[in-house]
Amino acid sequence: MKTLIIAASLLAATTAAAEPLRIATEGAFPPFSEINAAGEVVGFDIDIANALCAKMERECAIIAMDWDGIIPGLVNEKYDAIVASMSITEERKQTVDFSNPYYANYLVLVAKKGADVTQETMQQYAVGAQRASISSSWAEEKVGARGDLRLYDTLTASFTDLEAGRIDSIVSDYFPALDWLKDHPEFEVIGERIDINDQIGIAVRKGDDELRNALNMALDGIIADGSYAKVSTGYFGADIH
Amino acid sequence: MSAYQDLKYALSDGVCYAAQGVTPESFATYCSRYVDGFLVTIELLALSSILGLCIGTLVAVARVSTRPVLRRGAWAWSYIFRGTPLLVQLWIVYYGLGSLGPERLGILWPLFKSGWAVGLVVLTINTSAYIAEILRGGLSSLPVGQLEAALSAGMSRAMAMRRILLPQAFRVAWPAYGNELILLMKGSALVSTITVMDLMGQTRSVFARGYSLETYLYSAVLYSLLAIILTLGLKAVERRLNVG
Amino acid sequence: MELLGFGATGWGDDLLRGAALTLQLAIVSLAIGLSLGLLLALAKLSRFAPLRWLAQGYTLFIRGVPEFLILLLAFFGTEKAVAAIAQLVNLQGDIDVPKFAAAVGGLSAIFAAYGCEVIRGAWLAVPKGQIEAGHSVGLTHWQIFHRIRLPQLWRIALPGLGNLWLVMLKDTSLAAVLAIDELLRVAKVAGEVTRQPLIFLLAAGAIYLVLTAVSDKMRATFEARANRGMAR
Repeated sequence: MKTLIIAASLLAATTAAAEPLRIATEGAFPPFSEINAAGEVVGFDIDIANALCAKMERECAIIAMDWDGIIPGLVNEKYDAIVASMSITEERKQTVDFSNPYYANYLVLVAKKGADVTQETMQQYAVGAQRASISSSWAEEKVGARGDLRLYDTLTASFTDLEAGRIDSIVSDYFPALDWLKDHPEFEVIGERIDINDQIGIAVRKGDDELRNALNMALDGIIADGSYAKVSTGYFGADIH
Repeated sequence: MSAYQDLKYALSDGVCYAAQGVTPESFATYCSRYVDGFLVTIELLALSSILGLCIGTLVAVARVSTRPVLRRGAWAWSYIFRGTPLLVQLWIVYYGLGSLGPERLGILWPLFKSGWAVGLVVLTINTSAYIAEILRGGLSSLPVGQLEAALSAGMSRAMAMRRILLPQAFRVAWPAYGNELILLMKGSALVSTITVMDLMGQTRSVFARGYSLETYLYSAVLYSLLAIILTLGLKAVERRLNVG
Repeated sequence: MELLGFGATGWGDDLLRGAALTLQLAIVSLAIGLSLGLLLALAKLSRFAPLRWLAQGYTLFIRGVPEFLILLLAFFGTEKAVAAIAQLVNLQGDIDVPKFAAAVGGLSAIFAAYGCEVIRGAWLAVPKGQIEAGHSVGLTHWQIFHRIRLPQLWRIALPGLGNLWLVMLKDTSLAAVLAIDELLRVAKVAGEVTRQPLIFLLAAGAIYLVLTAVSDKMRATFEARANRGMAR
C-alpha cells in the first residue's frame, strides 16, 4: 500500500508541472465575469487570468464556481487560484493567501433617482447585497445585525430585485454597478463612492508561495508590457490598476 | 408589526443568554442569528400549515364533488403543485412573476415584494396540494354507505361532508398528515433562496464568514430538534384521536 | 419565443441538457440509494442491537433535517473529507470530488433513509409461512431470498419506492443552488442572462411535469407487471 502511495505521489508530482493551472472564477459579476449566450464564461477576470497564464507560459483551465463555495473549493484543492474580483480582507487572509492587488475597488450605494435613502439613513430601508462579500459586510455594519439586509447568491440577482422595486437600495462594487447603470438610467449612485481601501487580489492556498510569487511576477509583467492596460481599456475605457 | 419583531428579538436574546454556558463557543458567538432564524422558520411553518390545511380541505372536497368543473380544477391543482419541485415553484413566483414589476402586478405587488410573503403563499399552496391528496385518500377509505345514509336522512351534501365524512377522514389520514407536516418543515428551508432569513438563511450567512462545517451541523441539530418536537406533538394528537 | 429555440442564441438545447443531467442525477442516486436502503433495512431487521440503533439513528437524522441542508453538508463535507484524507496519506496532485458525486451522495443518503422503511415494511409483509416452507424443502438462504422473498418484496414495495423516486426527481432541483447545471439552474441562469426569468422558469416547471408524468406511467406499468397473476 505504501509503495502504491509513494508511486502515485511521485507520478502526481512530476505531472504537476505539466498540468494546466486551474483557476476559478464566478460567472455572475459582469463585466468581470459572466456567462454569455453560448454558455461560456467571459469577462475582465477571465481575460486577465489568460494574460497572466500567457505570461507565465502555462496552460490555464478556467472553472466557473459559485461565490458561496469558491473559497472552500480552493482550500480543498479543486483548483489552484481564484481570479474573481475577490477583495483582500483580514478575515479571508485567515483561510487563504493573496497575490498583489490587480485593481482597487470601491463600494457604492445604488438606488432609484430621487429616492430618500442615503448612506446615513440606510438602516431604515431595505438594502440588498451579495452574501459573503465585502458589500454585505459593510452594509451589515451600517444597518446593524438585525437590519433589513437582504442577501443574494449573486450580485446580478440583487440588481434584478432593485429593478423590480423589492429593495430600496443595493450596496455594490463600483465597476459592476457602473456597468449596470449604463442600461438603467432611472437609477444612480447615491452619495460618494465608498473607499474602504479595498484591494482586489488573486487568492491561492495558504503557503502556496510558489504560485503566489509566480502570479506576482506575471502581474508585474503584464502591467509593464501593456497587456493589462489593453484589457482594462477594452472594458472600462481606462486603466483601472 | 414592530412590537412583534421586538418580541421575537427579546425571545431570541433570552434563549441565547441562557445558552451561553451550555453550548460550544462557535455556536454561542452566532447564537442570536440561529435563534432569530429558528423563530422565522416556526412562524412560516405555523402559518403555512394552518392555511394549507384549510385550502387542502377545500381542494379535497372539490376533488370528490359532483360537479366536473370542481373535480377537474382540484385534480389540476394537485397535479401541478405535486408534480413540480417546491424550489421551482418558489423561484417561478419570486423571480419569475416578481420580474413583472409593480406596473403589471398592480395591487398584488406587495405580496411579491417580500420574500417572506412569497414563501408563505407558495408553501401554503404546495402543502395544500399534498394535504388534498391525503384527505382524498382518507375520504375514499370510508364506507360508501355513510354518505348515502346521510343524504337519505335529509342532510345536504355539504353538511354530510362537514359533520360526518371529513372528521373521520382526518382521523384516518392523521399519520399521513403528520408526515406531510414534517416535509413542510423541511421544505421551508428553501425560502432561504429567496432572501428570507429563516434558520437556513441565517445558517448560510454564518457559514459565509468562516466556512466551518460546524455551522451546518448546528443547524441540523436545531432542525432535528424541531422535528422531534413536532413528532411528539403529532403522536400525542394521534393517541387522542384513536381513543374515540 | 426564439429564446427557447435551439442553437447558439436559443436556450432550448441547454434546458434539455439540464433535464438530461437531472435524470442522470436521479438515476444514479436511485441505484445507490436502493442498495444503501436495502442494507439499512437489513440492519434494522437484524438481531444485533447496535446495528439496529445505528440504522435507526441515521434514519432519524435524515428524516429530521431539510434535504437542502443535507445536500450542503454532503457538498462541503465530502470536499473537506477528501482533502483531509489526501493530507493524511500525503497525496499531492488533485483529487477532485466532482460536484455531481457530492450531489448523488446527498440524494442517495436521503433516498436510503426513507427507502429502508418501505423495504423493511415489505420484507415483513412476506408471509412467514412461505419462508418456513422454503426452508423445509431444503432451499438455501440465497434461493429463498432470490425466489420467494425478492419478487414479493418488489411487488409490495413498488408503490412506496415509486413515490420516493418522484420525490427524488424533484429533489434534484436542489442541486441548482450548488452550481450543478441541472434543469432548474440552467433555467435560472438563462433567465438572468436574458432578463426574462418567467418564461424559462415556467419552461423548467413544464419539463418537470413531463418527467413526473412519464415516471408515473412507468411506475403503473411496473406495478401491473409485478401484480400479474395475483388474485384481486
